[in-house]
Amino acid sequence: MSDTAPPEDPQNTPLPDMVPQEEAPSQKDGDPRKSDMYRRVTGIGTSARQAMLVPALALLTALIIGAFIIAVTDVDTLPLWGSDPGEALKATVTGIFDAYKALFVGSVGSLDAISETLFAATPLILAGLAVAVGFQAGLFNIGVNGQMHIGGMAALWVGFTFAIPAVFHIPLVLAAALVGGALWAGLAGLLKARTGAHEVITTIMLNFIALFLVDYLLKSSLFQAPGRNDPISAPANPSSVFTTLFGDYRVNIGFIIALAAVAIVWWLMYRTTVGFEFRAVGANPSGGRYAGMSVAWIYVSVMAVSGALAGIAGANQIVAVEPYRAISNFAGNIGFDAIALALLGRSHPVGVLFAGLLFGALRAGGREMQGAAGIPIDLVLVLQALIIVMIAAPELVRSIYRVKTPDQEITTVTTSGWGG
Amino acid sequence: MTAIAEGAEVTSKRRATPAEKRATVIGIVLIALAAFTFWAFGLGVTSGLESKFNLSLPGARFDDLSWTVNSRMVGFVVSLILAFLGGMTLRRSHLKWTNLGLSIGLGLFAFSFLTWAAADGSFSLVGMLTSTVVLSVPVTLGALTGLMCERVAVINIAIEGQLLTSAFVGTIVGSAAGIWVGLVAAMLTGAILGAVLAVLAIKYRIDQIIAGVVINIFALGITSFLARRVLSASQELNSPGRFGSIKIPILGDIPVIGPMFFDHNMFVYVTFILVIALHFGLFYTRWGLRSRSVGEHPKAADTVGINVYRTRYRNVILGGLIAGFGGAFLTLAQVSRFEENLTAGIGFIGLAALIFGRWRPLGVLGAGLVFGFARALQQKLGILGTPIPSEFLSMTPYIVTLIVVAGVVGRARPPAADGQPYIKD
Repeated sequence: MSDTAPPEDPQNTPLPDMVPQEEAPSQKDGDPRKSDMYRRVTGIGTSARQAMLVPALALLTALIIGAFIIAVTDVDTLPLWGSDPGEALKATVTGIFDAYKALFVGSVGSLDAISETLFAATPLILAGLAVAVGFQAGLFNIGVNGQMHIGGMAALWVGFTFAIPAVFHIPLVLAAALVGGALWAGLAGLLKARTGAHEVITTIMLNFIALFLVDYLLKSSLFQAPGRNDPISAPANPSSVFTTLFGDYRVNIGFIIALAAVAIVWWLMYRTTVGFEFRAVGANPSGGRYAGMSVAWIYVSVMAVSGALAGIAGANQIVAVEPYRAISNFAGNIGFDAIALALLGRSHPVGVLFAGLLFGALRAGGREMQGAAGIPIDLVLVLQALIIVMIAAPELVRSIYRVKTPDQEITTVTTSGWGG
Repeated sequence: MTAIAEGAEVTSKRRATPAEKRATVIGIVLIALAAFTFWAFGLGVTSGLESKFNLSLPGARFDDLSWTVNSRMVGFVVSLILAFLGGMTLRRSHLKWTNLGLSIGLGLFAFSFLTWAAADGSFSLVGMLTSTVVLSVPVTLGALTGLMCERVAVINIAIEGQLLTSAFVGTIVGSAAGIWVGLVAAMLTGAILGAVLAVLAIKYRIDQIIAGVVINIFALGITSFLARRVLSASQELNSPGRFGSIKIPILGDIPVIGPMFFDHNMFVYVTFILVIALHFGLFYTRWGLRSRSVGEHPKAADTVGINVYRTRYRNVILGGLIAGFGGAFLTLAQVSRFEENLTAGIGFIGLAALIFGRWRPLGVLGAGLVFGFARALQQKLGILGTPIPSEFLSMTPYIVTLIVVAGVVGRARPPAADGQPYIKD
């Protein structure tokens, strides 16, 4: 591989320790160029069918288990099994059918549903990219939640402090969010670089600190809505708000920003020297160090890039969601869903995009499911957990469906232990 | 002559050892604290004010005990002691005592802070110390779970999920079949989740942190789902009753110490016993030696005939039992009903306590008590109405952990093989 690829092209230069994985020839793909192209776009080592098989089966299995959970928790029908099993079966099947129908209709069943899916997917994609960038560099940024809070608060401050035309205001909001998130995450990167403190612990701690900081700020005169006693901020000015794309549909320019972020992250990771260094250190830190890279500096910059993306996701939760205010824990669970999402997308920007759309659909459909079929939206979390566990342990899916193990295992992510 | 002079120069120019560097940093911190105490808790208090500490709870055998001090004087005295400790630490002559000096210094600082907060008022010292012990229990149990797993090199991020799920199961089973059955069910739930983690980490060799995150997401999802779908419809399943306090005769009547340690529910006593048992188990028994060797160097352990996989499975599942016990404490002793996301991060604080306590049972207990103290302080200071926003007090344990992990207070060293799957040749 090294002799076929000129070393000055970072794209084709083999990563230390990853050579066998990228190099292993696939007998099924006749045209090596084609597979190389595919690999370049998706970052996945094997054919499209192979790459999609496990995620598809994982989704299917998760839905089947979800159906089972709906059935056994149907308190009204359960007693019926003793007296009239036929009726009980009918009621159960109807219940499951109604739930999944609502899930489907609420996510892709109408233009409004599609808009809701894209709306819900926007912060997920941004936060998922944040985690994915970290994963690619071997860092586990579990602190997206805190970075979203800090970035969101920075965006909000810019949002209600200035009154300038939207053309300037929105970029300013984004810049503030980016800087806020980058600094908060950069702190964890710096601690890792300087002291070896593991980023999982430091970012978890920074999450809690950010959470309380937001609570404090919401009650401070700087942020609190005038005339209110509860922790709620003043709203962002209309000029800073993400405008909707199609009139009354909620999907807004935040989604375009997320798409742009996917493109930028892809370009950064696969087309620049910096991205190559990120991935090289992720594949093998000692290899990177040996090759003359400053691993400490890379840790800080990876965390900063990751935090910047998370910060924008946080801004989205303020300036794209009515009533454009901050409340306590406004980032919610997105920072943790993002981990699932990055895993599902195999840490590749395009994969994250699709995974984000899937999770967005689950979110939008889940709300419909809760409203129309009375199934709590928390089922979506269960589905997510099941999907990730099966993605992370492909052997599990293969043993269920008796699928042959591919010639080369797609390894997604590995993080190191506490030693870092 | 010249040789000696050169030798002296070499000595003075040699690089400071890490222990000496730490002593310098800690010495400076202590002196800074001394200056701050002098300024804020000494000069900051109007002279002549007194702080009254209540040393007994209402209704105790020896009630109405209290201790009144001159608030300003305490500030000055503590400041002096801190300055002395700081000076001694800076001399770097007794490096072994650096941590002790820091602990005493921080304890005195906390006391001085309380005196300042209670100036011209009264403060239930014993009430706060008692809730410190109670609040430290779930954190300590969570950390002991992590300890059981990480000592055999399995990282457990899923403590939060284990606590949450077992608290949930404990509530439902406890409501339906009594609290003792609920306790058993909760412990089994913790063990089952431990087994899931073990299978994912040991058999499927999933990245252990990811396996833990998945279990946490699943736990939050399934408990919230069931709480809304089942518990909200049948409230009778959400009132399990609780384990009452068992006051130990005689010991329970001792002022201060009695209510702190000898007048609690069964969970508190078991936690203390467990800490001591694990300390002896881990460092003085064959089981402990084998577990530690599996965590430090699995290959060597395997070579001498220890079954690495079996040891890991067993300890992770035993850890799950402890987490289940902690979850049961939350809903069968502390409050007697389940709410969505009831744990709210206790498992993560437990993880922090594990690192803070340097992977040792006694250290974990100490860390648990520090976190418990911070939470108790936050609750009680709300009553006193100090000018410090409660959010900053809530932050303190996390900031302290951040500093500890960052190595300012000495580098914490995890088991050598922590987080690495073992592949038998």
